[in-house]
Formats: sequence, structure tokens, C-alpha cells
Amino acid sequence: MSEEKRKPTPEEKAKAAAEARAKAEALRKLREQGAQAPQGEKEAEEVPVQAQAAEPQAKAEPAPSSKPISEMTPEEKAAAKKAAAAEAIAKAKAAKEAKEAKEAGAESAPAPKPFSEMTPEEKAAAKKAAAAEALAKAKAAKEAKEAAQQADAAPTASGADAEAKAKAAAAAKAKAAAAAAAKAKAAREAGGQAADGADADAKAKAAAAAKAKAAAAAAAKAKAAQGESPAAEEAPKAPSKNQPYLDKYVQRITEVFGKEVLEAAYINELGKEVPTLVIKTERWHEIARFLKEDEPLAFDYLSDLHGVDYEDRMEVYYHFYSYINRQSLAVKVKTNREQPSVPSVMDLWHGANWNERETFDLLGIHFPGHKDLRRILLPDDWVGYPLRKDYVQYDEEV
Amino acid sequence: MNQNILTTNVDTSPETGIRTEEMLLNVGPQHPSTHGVFRLVVKIDGETIKEAIPVMGYLHRGTEKLAENLNYTQIIPYTDRMDYVSAMTNNYVFCHAVETMMGLEIPERAQFLRLIAMELNRVASHLVWWGTYLLDIGAMGPFLYAFRDREMILDLFNELCGARMTFNYMRIGGVKWDAPPGWIDKAKEFVQYMKKELGNYHKLVSGNEIFINRIKGIGKFDTKTALDYSLSGVMLRSTGVKWDLRKDEPYCIYDRFDFDVPTATEGDCMARYQLRMAEIEQSLRILEQALEQFPSEGEVIGKVPRVIRPPAGETYVRIEAPRGEIGCYIASQGKDKPWRVKFRRPSFTNLQILPKLLQGENLANMIAILGSIDIVLGEVDC
Amino acid sequence: MNELLQQAPSWGNTLWFIVAAVLLLAVLLGFVTYAIYFERKIIGWMQLRIGPNRVGPLGLLQTVADVTKLLLKEDTRPQHADKALFTLAPILAYAPAFGVLAVMPFTESIQFADLGIGLLYYIALSGITVLGVITAGWASNNKYSLIGGLRSAAQMISYEVPLVMSVVGVVMLTGSMNLREIVEAQRDVWNIVPQFIGFAVFLVAAQAELNRTPFDLPEAESELVAGYHVEYSGFRFAMFMLAEYVYMFGMGTLITILFLGGWLPIHPALDFIPGIVWFVLKFSLYIFLQFWLRATMPRLRVDQLMSFAWKVLLPVALFNILLTAVVISYQNGMF
Repeated sequence: MSEEKRKPTPEEKAKAAAEARAKAEALRKLREQGAQAPQGEKEAEEVPVQAQAAEPQAKAEPAPSSKPISEMTPEEKAAAKKAAAAEAIAKAKAAKEAKEAKEAGAESAPAPKPFSEMTPEEKAAAKKAAAAEALAKAKAAKEAKEAAQQADAAPTASGADAEAKAKAAAAAKAKAAAAAAAKAKAAREAGGQAADGADADAKAKAAAAAKAKAAAAAAAKAKAAQGESPAAEEAPKAPSKNQPYLDKYVQRITEVFGKEVLEAAYINELGKEVPTLVIKTERWHEIARFLKEDEPLAFDYLSDLHGVDYEDRMEVYYHFYSYINRQSLAVKVKTNREQPSVPSVMDLWHGANWNERETFDLLGIHFPGHKDLRRILLPDDWVGYPLRKDYVQYDEEV
Repeated sequence: MNQNILTTNVDTSPETGIRTEEMLLNVGPQHPSTHGVFRLVVKIDGETIKEAIPVMGYLHRGTEKLAENLNYTQIIPYTDRMDYVSAMTNNYVFCHAVETMMGLEIPERAQFLRLIAMELNRVASHLVWWGTYLLDIGAMGPFLYAFRDREMILDLFNELCGARMTFNYMRIGGVKWDAPPGWIDKAKEFVQYMKKELGNYHKLVSGNEIFINRIKGIGKFDTKTALDYSLSGVMLRSTGVKWDLRKDEPYCIYDRFDFDVPTATEGDCMARYQLRMAEIEQSLRILEQALEQFPSEGEVIGKVPRVIRPPAGETYVRIEAPRGEIGCYIASQGKDKPWRVKFRRPSFTNLQILPKLLQGENLANMIAILGSIDIVLGEVDC
Repeated sequence: MNELLQQAPSWGNTLWFIVAAVLLLAVLLGFVTYAIYFERKIIGWMQLRIGPNRVGPLGLLQTVADVTKLLLKEDTRPQHADKALFTLAPILAYAPAFGVLAVMPFTESIQFADLGIGLLYYIALSGITVLGVITAGWASNNKYSLIGGLRSAAQMISYEVPLVMSVVGVVMLTGSMNLREIVEAQRDVWNIVPQFIGFAVFLVAAQAELNRTPFDLPEAESELVAGYHVEYSGFRFAMFMLAEYVYMFGMGTLITILFLGGWLPIHPALDFIPGIVWFVLKFSLYIFLQFWLRATMPRLRVDQLMSFAWKVLLPVALFNILLTAVVISYQNGMF
């Protein structure tokens, strides 16, 4: 009897865990909001300092380079100028965003105080707002950091010889190209967000963020690809060898299900150029059946299935292969974080069975339609989902 | 635990009036033939299995969660501990994923070293399987012969990277250590030795009447089932699918070497036995060529940034491990630590078919079937 | 010995019986100790190992140490085991294995009881061992034990049939069930030549009777962990081990007597070598075969084992009887 008393039932455990988590969350939020504001300020302060530090350098830049400038070809000169200009823009952007972040931080500060007195709707709204704020903050911080990195990169460019300049030119070019790509991407993303009901402000912000991110990525790439000719850098611009396949998949799916089931379709350049589709959760099961049974697609093999927690959403990633057509396909299905649920495909590919159980076990994503959805790696009475980013281990002692 | 398996039927025979009862038997987690801490709850009627439910997770260490808090280089030792019988391929799949994201160039010599290490490891892994499988069937001798020969491979690895099991040998962009002087010759010697020894293995075991009777026609499935259950590696090839990622989606430098992909059509334990033996032969063939063409000098690690930050995005790569298709998914946010790492473990995926295969078999076949799937629990539980 | 058996019971000859039995037990224990030692050594050599080499010179005291450990170990019994049967099982398994040795003629002079139906006595008594095994399997209240015990029962009963049938040929040739007479009848040629089919069947069936590789299913460690004695430890476990090896001793003795000419030399010219040496040599050959098989053979599956007994061994043994009968009739001029 006493033993029973000591040992909490799983429900109790779950409740306790939920409470603990909620508490931890609240605490963390409070702490963050307390800390973030000064942090944001600090970062914001830092950025101008760096910007200022960089500015003289930027100014000084022409000076050391002015010596050999006479020896330069006109193209090189132009490139150098362009590079400098690009850097300046980036810096300015960073500064602006940092400021924005600071403002956002300031705005959000008073929100959580009356949390306990709110109605559920208000609470939800507040939560959403808080999440959005946190996101915005994170983004801003990231961008500021990235900008700082760029600023760091600047001196090396200025100090180096003509070769470095050529590199810088390449970087600039890449940036321009990336920016163009990013714009397109941002537009797509923005489209998606608009569908979600975000306002124009968010769109603009997202676009800006995407641009900055792409620029940073391009810079990083340029840095990594030291010594490579600019031509090599432009190579990935050529359409991927898998582009026709992607077009085929998209065409087949849109023919049958219409355009709106596809949230996105692109070639994953980082993942061996695998055609990737982002599919609406509601229609996923039908489309999965279609993917398996449609003759031109015929994806008869499920190589991998797992979930990812992106803090603002969950994603389930599928990697299919067709042994008939010898083609790969990656599919991503998004779901919300509060009640994550994605239709099970176990009835189509039996291999999804344990993978879905594992995803349920570690991430808490439900798969309606799964015949035997229970924990697989962790004990049955485990509390929480460890692979979630906000996971706090349940401890009976606390 | 699924509740409905826990109810066992009680039956009374109408002719004899004898009351019979089904019995639940826990095979594992401490059982000599589950190859680690794996549990099978089987409902048996006499010795016939009515239902089997695998229970796992006893070795779950949360590798994927740990990886989220480590930088990319620090994750490599953790991959060693998944499939500890074939750690080199695990090393490779992770490094390969990161390299794919970053678009890194791997130096020629490093590619060769990686390939040689992986193929040696494949031979070692199949030897372990061969020995333990025969131990499951009840023959004790072959186990020790297999381990003698595996020991030679481990000695080679020991010289190469200072470890016998958990190598931590590969790095993003290349390998950690160059081959010590004379190592290549030793490896060549081993390949010749192993070729001869393989013939002895066949003489000792492959023709044994009892052994053939034990595994022929057992654990059968067809191509459609194999694909449906996402089986890979030997499990898939034993049903007649000619599919080997080394050949069909070449990675590393496998496309430079001449080797066959052995397949069988029976889809039973015997076919899987023969395929694994044939694969040792093919691996030795690859090794022979690779050791012959090994570049005399060169870098063993490419130009890699000091802190590894793959660009934001995601990647999924898969390669052919001894147990099947091992995959690695990485989601990066452009930081020095991954956002999410996921390993597709062949043992875990291949094991799914076990309950289906066990239905209606008897206890002795259970061991033969489980052994023929070739699982490593470190990988199943990850 | 025989004179003692004829005398009226008295304190004196009772003491003699006891001394003789203890002497045999001591010889047996010595045999078991070193059979285990050689088994481990020989299998070790066959498997690229060294075998025991730490305790005593060349590891000769290894088994002694092991047995001491077993005897001193705490005697554990599962909580829900059937107390009485659990205790009884090892005795049931061991006693008949020891009992069968009473009728074995090791040489012309070394024999305890010269029974007219010695062979029948052996077969009847050895059938009891299975009771011990099945009792152990049941009483342990362990599922693995139970399966092991039942497998054992099925196997031992099935194989007893061809075992007995294979010996019938020898009995027909000799015209007696007395073991001493069977040996004496092999003066000209050992039974292994005229009764080769019978010998082959007997060898295989004996292997199954002894539960040794490739018929070691009752204790198949890869399936049933340790079969019927999974719950036994300490002294009781030692009893089972002892029964197993003593039974092997008995079977080795029997096969030497029935088919290999007992204490008879390989050629009359070698008569100067004492009979006991010949006996031990032939006996050792059989024991070595046991170890050899154990080091190399995989294990049969339970259904294959049964069908092998009923569908292969039994018909072959029956055919052997028929053949022997025909040949004997022919020799007697019936055709």
C-alpha cells in the first residue's frame, strides 16, 4: 500500500511533469524577457560599435588599396568598390535590425505580467505573441551576429592583396546572386506565411531576414571555397539534374489534387539534389497513397521517416525511393506543435511502423491510423518527449 | 506493452479432453541468442509460436538528443557506439552527410583509406555474424575460427587508429590518421590469407547437412514484402533485388572498383547465409584492388574550416553498411551544432519483419531467423 | 564378487558391498573429473584455445576446483518450485546412471553382478533417467526448464526404441543377453563387422540418449538457456552434471562390450597386454568421438530430431534385425 502511495501513477506523473514544464517555461520566459531586453540592448550597442569600428576601415579601405589601384584593371576596381558597398549595406541592415529587435524586446516586456488573469483566448493569443516575439528576437539576434561576422570578414578583405579582393568580388557577386535567389525564396515563404494569416509586417521582416541569411550563407560559402574560381561558384546555378523529376512529380500531383496541396517544391541542393515536396497535412494520406500507387511515381520503398522539432512547428520527413523508376523523393509534412499529428502511412508502407512509433516516442507526434502507436525505445511510463527542444526531464525527487 | 498479447488461450481438446494452455515466454533481455539486450515476448503453444512482440530500448542512449548539444566533430565517437561491430561505416555516413552539406572535397588518399577501412570492417562484421550465427545453430567451433580472423582485422585497425572497436577514425573532410608504414602490405597479406580461409569456412560449414537442414526454407519472404517492410542490404538482396548503394548510388570511390552484387531469389535464411559469405568475397575483391591502387602519398584530410558550420538546410544521405542501408539526416541552422540528427539504422528497420516471420515457427527456428537478420542492439536502440 | 552375491547376507559381506560400491564411485568420480578436463582440453585445442591450464600442473586440478566450488556453493531453490520434486529430481537422474554400472564386465574378472539379462537390465534402468529430467523440468517452475524437460522426454523415449532395436541383432548373434557371453562371442570377429548397421544406429541413438551434440536439444543453450537444469545450482547441479558424465561412462562401456569386443585384444597375438588396457583404449576412443562431435557439429531442430528417430533410425534398425535373422537362418541351413 505504502509503495503504491509512493509511486505516482503515470497520469499523475504526466500532470506533474506538465506542471513542472509549465513552471519551467514560465520561469524561462520571465528570465528571458528580463534578460533579453538588456541583452538586446547590449547586442544593439555592440553592433554600432562594430559598425563604427568597421567604418573607418571601410573608409580606410580605399587607402591601402589606392596604392595598387593604379595597377588594377577597371574591372577589379569596380569589383572592389562593389564589395565595399555591399558590406556597408549589410552593416547598415544589421544595425537597423538590431534596433528593431531592441524595440520589439521593449514592447514585449509588459505582456506576460497579467498572464494568470487572462481568459484562455487571451492566453493563447499572448502565447502566440510571445512565441512570435521570441522568434523575432532570435532572428534579430542571429542577424546581428551574422552581420558582425560579416563585419569581421571585412578587415581581412581590406588587409589582403589583390587576390583577396578578387575573392571579395566573387563574394559580392555570389551575394548578389544569392540575394536574387533569396528574394524568390522569401517571396515563397512570405506566401506561405500569408496563408497562415501573418500580417504584412511579418512578410517584410521575413523577406529581410531571408535576404540577410542568404547573404551570410553566400559569404560563408565564399569563405569556405577559398581559391576556387568564381566560375565554380556559379555552377550550382545551373538547373539540377533532378529538376525534370521534380517537375514530373509536381505535375502529377497538381493534376490530380490541385495546386493547393503543395506548400513548396524544390531541389534540396544540400541533400544530394533530392527533389523535395512540402505537402499539406490534411491531404497527406491520399497523396501518400497516390505516390505509392501512381505508375509514373511508384515510390514503393520508404527509406526513412522521422520528425524534427523546429520550435515553431513540427515536421515529419520522409525519404522515398522507387525501385521501379530508380528515383528518390523527399517529402516534408508540417504540423503544429501543440497537437502534433500527421496521418500514418503504415498501411501503405509497413516499414513506417516502428519509425512512426519512434517519432511518437521521442517527439510526441501522433500518427492517427497507426495500429499500435506506443513507445518503442523508452519505457511505457516515461514522461515527456526527449527530442523536443523544450524537453525537461521529469524527476520524481522534485 | 500491448495488452492483448498478455491474454493466453486455454483450450480443451474435444477428443481427449486434455486441457491445453498457451504460454508466454520472455526471450531476453538476458538470453544468449538475442545478441544483446533484446527482448522477445512470445506466445507459444507447445513449441509453436503464435505471436511474437519485440521489446527494445534497453540500450537506448539518446544518441540523437546528445548530438544536438555537440559540435559536429564531437558527434563522430557517438556514431561508433551505434553499430559497434561495424563502426567505420557509421563514421563514414555521418562525415559524408556533413561533407555533402558543406560541399567539401576529400583528398584522394583519404578516400582510399576510408574505403579500405570500411571494407575491412565489412569483412570483420560478416565474420562476427558468421561465428555467432553458427553458435546460435549450436556449433561452437566456427565462432572461434571467425574471431581469430576478425582479430587480425582488429589488429590492423589498432595500428591504423589505435582502437579495436570504437575507432573514431574518420573526420569531416578526411581521416584522422595516415596509414603507418608497412600497413598496406600487412593488409594485402591479410586479404590473401582471408581468401584462403574463406574456402576453409565453406568446407567446414557450408556443406554440413544438419546446418543446411536447419536454415533452408526458414524465414522466407518475397520481394514485395521486403520492400513493404523497408528491408535493405542482404535482407533485400536475398529476395532477388539487385540493389547495393555502393553500385547504384556510388559514394566514396566505389565506382572505381570492379565487384559484383551477389543476389539470391529464395529469400530464406540459407540465401542470406550464402549472400553474406559471397559479400565477404566481394569485399576482399574490392580491397585487393584498392590496396593495389593506393596512392603513395597525399593529404589525409582536406581543407576544412576550423569550426564546422554547415549551411542552414537539411540533408539525408544513405550508404551500404554490412547490415543494410544506413542513413544520416542532418538539419542545420548554420550553427556549429546540428539542429537535429537522425540515423536510419538498418538493424532497427530490418527487425520490423521479425514478428511476421516468427508466426507459426517453432522456438528453434526463432533463433535461426533472428540470427539471420543480423542485428546489433547498439544500433537498434541507438 | 559373484561368490559374495551367492552368500547369505551378513555384516561382513554387506561391508564388502559398500566398500566395492564406494570404490566404483571413486573410480567414476575420477573418470568424470578427468573426462571433463579432457573434454575442455580437447575442445579447446580444436577451437584454437588452450583449455584449462591454471589450477595445478597443466590445469589438472581445474575440475577439482570446480567441483569444490559447486559443493560449497549456496543451494538455491526458486520460491515457487515444487520443493519435494525439486530435491528428488537430481537423485532420480543420477541413481539409475550409477546403477547400470553394476552389471558391466570391465574385464573377465572385474564385474559386480553377472546377470543373465544384463543388457535388459541396462536398458530398463537407463529408461528411468528421463523421469529425473522431466521432474526437474516440471519442479523448477520455469518455462525454459519445462520446455527442456519435455523435449528431453520426447527425445529420450523416441531414441530408446531404435537403441533397443539396434541391439537385438547382437543378441540374436550371441543368443544371450548376458554381457560377458556377448563379449566372449566376439573372439573371432568383433560385432562391429557383422552388425555394422546395428552399430551405426546404436551410435546415433546413444548420442541422442546422452543428450549430447548434435542432439543436445534439451539443454540447447542458444534456445533454452540451459534446459531442464536452468534453475539448479550448487550440489544439485553437480548431480546432474555427474549423471550426464556417468551415463556417458555407462554408454561407452556398453558400446565397447556390445560392438568393440570388450576386453579382447585386437589380435590374439597381442594377448599379453592386460584386458583392462584394451578396454580402456576402446572406451577412450568412444569418449574422444563424443568430444570431437561436440566441437564441430551444429544442433538439430526438434522436429527434425523426432522424424529422424522414427522415420530413419527405426526402419534401419528393423531392417538390421530382418537381415540378421535371414543370415542366421541361412547359416543354420534353413534355405
